[in-house]
Amino acid sequence: MISRRDFMQAAGAAAMVTGLGGGLLGKAAAQGRLTQAELLRFPATGNVTLVHITDLHAQLVPIYYREPSWNLGVGKAAGLPPHLTGQRFLSHYNIAAKTPEAHALTDQDFAELAKSHGRMGGIDRIATVIKAIRAERGNRVLLLDGGDTWTNSWTSLQTKAADIVDVMNALKPDAMTGHWEFTLGEARVEEIVKALPFPFLAQNVRDTDFEEKVFEQRRSFERGGVRIAVIGQAYPYTPIANPRWMFPKWTMGIREDDVQKQVDEARAEGADLVVLLSHNGFDMDRKMAGRVKGIDVILTAHTHDALPQVLSVGKTLLVASGSHGKFVSRLDLDVRDKQIKGFSYRLIPVFADAIAPDPEVAALIARHRAPFAQDLGRVLGKTTGVLYRRGNFQGSFDDVFTDAMLEVRDAEISLSPGVRWGASLLPGQDITFEDVTNGCAMTYPACYRMQMTGARLKEVIEDVADNIFNPDPYFQGGGDMVRVGGMGFTIDPTKAIGSRISGMTHLKTGQPIDASRNYTVAGWASINENTQGPPIWEVVEQFITARKVIEPRPLDAVKVVGV
Amino acid sequence: MDTLTREPTRRFALAAGALAFAAAAIAPRLAFAKPSDVEAEFAKLLGGKKPSDGRIKLDLPAIAENGLVVPLGVDIESPMTDADHVKAVHVFADGNPQPGVVSFYFTPQCGKAAASTRIRLAQTQNIVALVEMSNGSFFTASQEVKVTIGGCGG
Repeated sequence: MISRRDFMQAAGAAAMVTGLGGGLLGKAAAQGRLTQAELLRFPATGNVTLVHITDLHAQLVPIYYREPSWNLGVGKAAGLPPHLTGQRFLSHYNIAAKTPEAHALTDQDFAELAKSHGRMGGIDRIATVIKAIRAERGNRVLLLDGGDTWTNSWTSLQTKAADIVDVMNALKPDAMTGHWEFTLGEARVEEIVKALPFPFLAQNVRDTDFEEKVFEQRRSFERGGVRIAVIGQAYPYTPIANPRWMFPKWTMGIREDDVQKQVDEARAEGADLVVLLSHNGFDMDRKMAGRVKGIDVILTAHTHDALPQVLSVGKTLLVASGSHGKFVSRLDLDVRDKQIKGFSYRLIPVFADAIAPDPEVAALIARHRAPFAQDLGRVLGKTTGVLYRRGNFQGSFDDVFTDAMLEVRDAEISLSPGVRWGASLLPGQDITFEDVTNGCAMTYPACYRMQMTGARLKEVIEDVADNIFNPDPYFQGGGDMVRVGGMGFTIDPTKAIGSRISGMTHLKTGQPIDASRNYTVAGWASINENTQGPPIWEVVEQFITARKVIEPRPLDAVKVVGV
Repeated sequence: MDTLTREPTRRFALAAGALAFAAAAIAPRLAFAKPSDVEAEFAKLLGGKKPSDGRIKLDLPAIAENGLVVPLGVDIESPMTDADHVKAVHVFADGNPQPGVVSFYFTPQCGKAAASTRIRLAQTQNIVALVEMSNGSFFTASQEVKVTIGGCGG
């Protein structure tokens, strides 16, 4: 696994890379199943163990989650992890096809392998993994949550995150940071944070008056005799990507100079190890690692990348722990003389059928879900193919959302945000109300209906494209392209804003989109206050209930050129 | 929720749709300044001299959270003595209806040459600063600030 393929220089001579390649899981893979013991096996190293979980999106119970087929990197990140998918991902990391690991990390043979390997995640399973690590490593363990934890399930929406906060507290994290958390609104976030038994760290959230800090920025811990400083970095563009009116007194931004100040202060206070608990997104973190001096480890989040190896930028190690509870990252560090002398890492796949649920946490989850059982379990219809979200341009589950808006809202064109959260469904699976809300439960769900000119539509799509494909990671917002129903287009991600999108066609008529004509457009997740319309889950429920059977069609409305 | 779900499509169709991406309202079709307008302003101040790069640090977001109130900070390296100090810093925007944004004037009594304010940006554009030193030399720096429609992140 010490691979020539690693494009970044090794973190140091002593660095030991223990990805979970064919070797570790090969035997079990040949049998097609894994045991809990095999999943937890780890070559322990050094005096500190960082455990990282992130982007759970409030998924209490195991789910299927298909990794993307399209995840283009632009600029310096082109062709580099995490912008590898499918076969290229597997060969880069030397992972055998059809193994449990290949299934967990890629889109390959998704339906077939999902059936044999089962669901992933579940906070009760995560609890088992964390307890096992703590039992083995004692007071060396620091558990850090990268955020996007409290929102995007039906139960979290109904309880204003009380369910997920309670369940996460049972894991006893040492700190967390945030992004979608802020969409609960200032008052609710403050209320939750005040009661949290651990710090919510966010150096870059400031008040809009005098840019004073809102949350604790950094916390020091001592683990295994090592002084660890953890700096929190919330998602810098929350006030742009999400409704600013929900947290009008808070401003964010990257604040790179302030990250450097935090690192310098931590070092001055005698920190042996400096960790950035970040929600920047992978490419932004990679850039920051090359510019801010003195960060030992960046625990990345936001972009949902799951990488089976640590990636190094200079002396900084970057960890990418996936999303939806599919993985727990364990990074053992040998810290001496204020330096990482060696490390070992494993992205532990949380196969729900292999890892025993922790009974206490399982009971807690059951208690929180019980009041909503009827809604969660309500069957709306069935799908004949895989329904999934993730991918740069289109997803089969997104098609259900955009089709639902066209039909139920009687629109010519529909827009659905390219969020990377939402569980996948397998062919033949019932579609429940929970499955729908896993892809849309949020605090600004109104499905609007409005007139937009063709020119305005192009502006909107160009704007989103620049948010994803700007070659400078500090201008990238994360997420994927807005999903468009009723309209096809061609995109060249390598071009500049204003010239990426061409060939916009109204699919129903086959006519080019007329820049000056008005089109009736439906969409949801508008960031504007007082958006009118029914919640998106009602629109989608009505559509699936009427259709009964969803048959995913080829995803060919968006043509990609230039890559 | 059940009531709404069972209501006919037409009802949904009649519900007023708020502007989804209304942030675009800050990009009306007005005449905007051009980079050449900023160059013309520069020429007036420079009087034939050439500015050097550096010495001034612009503190601006890469992407504005709200184009109507973008925080701007300027910080110029200078001993601020009678013999060597910053006299003024002039800030321009090359994509606003008017290129001039603000000028800050300093004296040695200021102690340091730093200031901050909020500016309004109509669209994505460059913010350009020109520093006038007491010895008649000039320094310049610029940064692009993106003004985006937003939404859809995540």
